[in-house]
Amino acid sequence: MDLLFKIFIDPFLQMGAMPDLLVQTLWEGLVSGVLYALIALGFVLIFKASGVFNFAQGIMVVFAGLTLVGLHEKGVPAWLAVLLTLGVMLALAVAVERVVLRPLVNQPDIILFMATFGLTYVLIGIGEFIFGGEPKQMITDELGLPRGAIDVAMLGGRVTFQKIDIAAAVIASVMIAALAVFFQYTRIGRALRAVADSHKAALSVGISLNQIWAIVWFAAGIVALITGIMWGARSDVSFALQTIALKALPVLILGGFTSIPGAIVGGLIIGIGEKLAEFYWGPLVGGGIENWIAYVIALGFLMVRPQGLFGDKIIERI
Amino acid sequence: MFYREAGQYKKTYSADMAVFPILQDRIGIGLILLAAAVIVPIFGSNFFISTVMIPFLVFSLAAMGLNIVTGYTGLISLGTGAFMGVGAFACYKLTTYFPQVNIIIWILASGVFSAAIGALFGLPSLRIKGFYLAVATLAAQFFLEWCFVRVPWLFNYNASGAIEVPQRTLFGVAITGANATPTMRYLVLLGIVVLMTWIASNILHGRIGRTFMAVRDMDIAAELMGIRLLPAKLTAFAMSSFYCGVAGACMMFLWYGGGEASDAFNINQSFNILFMVIIGGLGSLIGCFFGAALLNIVPIILKFGLPAMGLPLAGATAEHINHLFVGSLIIFFLIVEPHGLARLWQITKQKLRTWPFPY
Repeated sequence: MDLLFKIFIDPFLQMGAMPDLLVQTLWEGLVSGVLYALIALGFVLIFKASGVFNFAQGIMVVFAGLTLVGLHEKGVPAWLAVLLTLGVMLALAVAVERVVLRPLVNQPDIILFMATFGLTYVLIGIGEFIFGGEPKQMITDELGLPRGAIDVAMLGGRVTFQKIDIAAAVIASVMIAALAVFFQYTRIGRALRAVADSHKAALSVGISLNQIWAIVWFAAGIVALITGIMWGARSDVSFALQTIALKALPVLILGGFTSIPGAIVGGLIIGIGEKLAEFYWGPLVGGGIENWIAYVIALGFLMVRPQGLFGDKIIERI
Repeated sequence: MFYREAGQYKKTYSADMAVFPILQDRIGIGLILLAAAVIVPIFGSNFFISTVMIPFLVFSLAAMGLNIVTGYTGLISLGTGAFMGVGAFACYKLTTYFPQVNIIIWILASGVFSAAIGALFGLPSLRIKGFYLAVATLAAQFFLEWCFVRVPWLFNYNASGAIEVPQRTLFGVAITGANATPTMRYLVLLGIVVLMTWIASNILHGRIGRTFMAVRDMDIAAELMGIRLLPAKLTAFAMSSFYCGVAGACMMFLWYGGGEASDAFNINQSFNILFMVIIGGLGSLIGCFFGAALLNIVPIILKFGLPAMGLPLAGATAEHINHLFVGSLIIFFLIVEPHGLARLWQITKQKLRTWPFPY
């Protein structure tokens, strides 16, 4: 009885008793949700266009961040470093398309998944080789990102908003809107959607798959760079960051592999759910549940909708 | 010229269905077993046995477990590491409660616990498919990993939070613990692996194995043919986890000799074993051994072989090169032969049969 009270009633009483704490937790969940959504977005872009489950997205984030910081350390001005990093990501996209994807066309999904895994190892190796293994400081000031915090008095308490978090939320929203416009209204965007619908049909109307794949990987690279800057500003840029890819996976299955809105909604649900669960229910079992609670939430949703919230309906034929 | 079935007539149905229908294959497998059981323990140095052979056998067993569920049944599982951990902890608890029972029995019995947990986490597989299922099995991985750290009952409330392997004997000779020689541990492990491989081969060639493969090729079609999906998929998960559990117990008791579970059974271990299965060949028992051998030996060569050849590498650099090399190797093998080393082996055998003629 006591246990049931602790699970089902006590957390809500706590929420009611200290609404400012609740708002703070919700805000933190929201911000991490936005950041998860950013990573999930990189996955979705590539999965939609090429059907490849790109495990390397996490390391691409780290790689982009490291390149940016590394170039700046060499004395390159920040704006030029950003441009150069974009160039590196473009080169990476073209290389991946030529070396890895093209020879593996038409292979089963799991083979392509494993190939991106190999790519992860290669990028870790190259990254460590060039930049060394130690964590680096993100160049927030040079990029014009704000720092510091705003304290707002509300609901009988104080809620702290980090400025960088607000910036992250704004930038993420802008980027998602830009991607939506790009997909909806530009020529390349239409080609991307055609490829996502059907490879064969796209080929038959003269869309070059190779070119599209390189573009998509480059788009995922841009997303990775922005994600890298944002995550890097919140902590350090280090290889430990690549594990955030694992955080994005439940977001992905929750929203559906093929849906950009799904990635965003999924990110917010996971981010907020995770923080609430950790803060209010975590102490019951000794804390540290952040690592798996996201998967359990996603699993719960999947049992009801096996294709995720916004994924394409799975039609099976004999 | 020497490897062909000319003149070997099959007179019974069972001879036709044999796993090794060709005499040369039977001689070959006998020679390999002989080499593994006699020549390696006599001539192999302690270093060779404990860094090459023991990890190779443990990983082969774990890869076999994953291959049952991923290669034969077509359900991608990323929880291998955690299921191995369940086996290791089950074995640890069992041998602390019943120290008088032989440790080999507990190593094999620990698979039962792992199988139960595996079947439980296999339940979503009925509704969820493909990559969605792969991510869902990650729930098992992270949840169990968390349990290994946060539930002190599992590691007997000791301060280090690690499994402490006690000394256990077989016929008066130590096979686990600090006093066990690598050769003894190797021989016990070899016995377990040979037994488990033999059982797996028989199960997979029989009705259950065919059920798995029907489910893999198309589960709706299998269902229409009268295969009940729930028992089939759960059996696959249970059997797979059984093998992984035994592999985990072997890993802790016969290889590591104790240690922290969070290092040995984390997500990277799951991926590592998935690599072995894919590079070795999905849906092939011999592929498990090939995959385990390749991915086990390459890092060892990089770590010990290159400095011996006069290429001095600092620890960190070797680590980076190892990453780079393993990654390139995976991509290379996937491009050259997506069906794994087992397919290459089959092609070689076919070529040998017709050699020196083209066909």
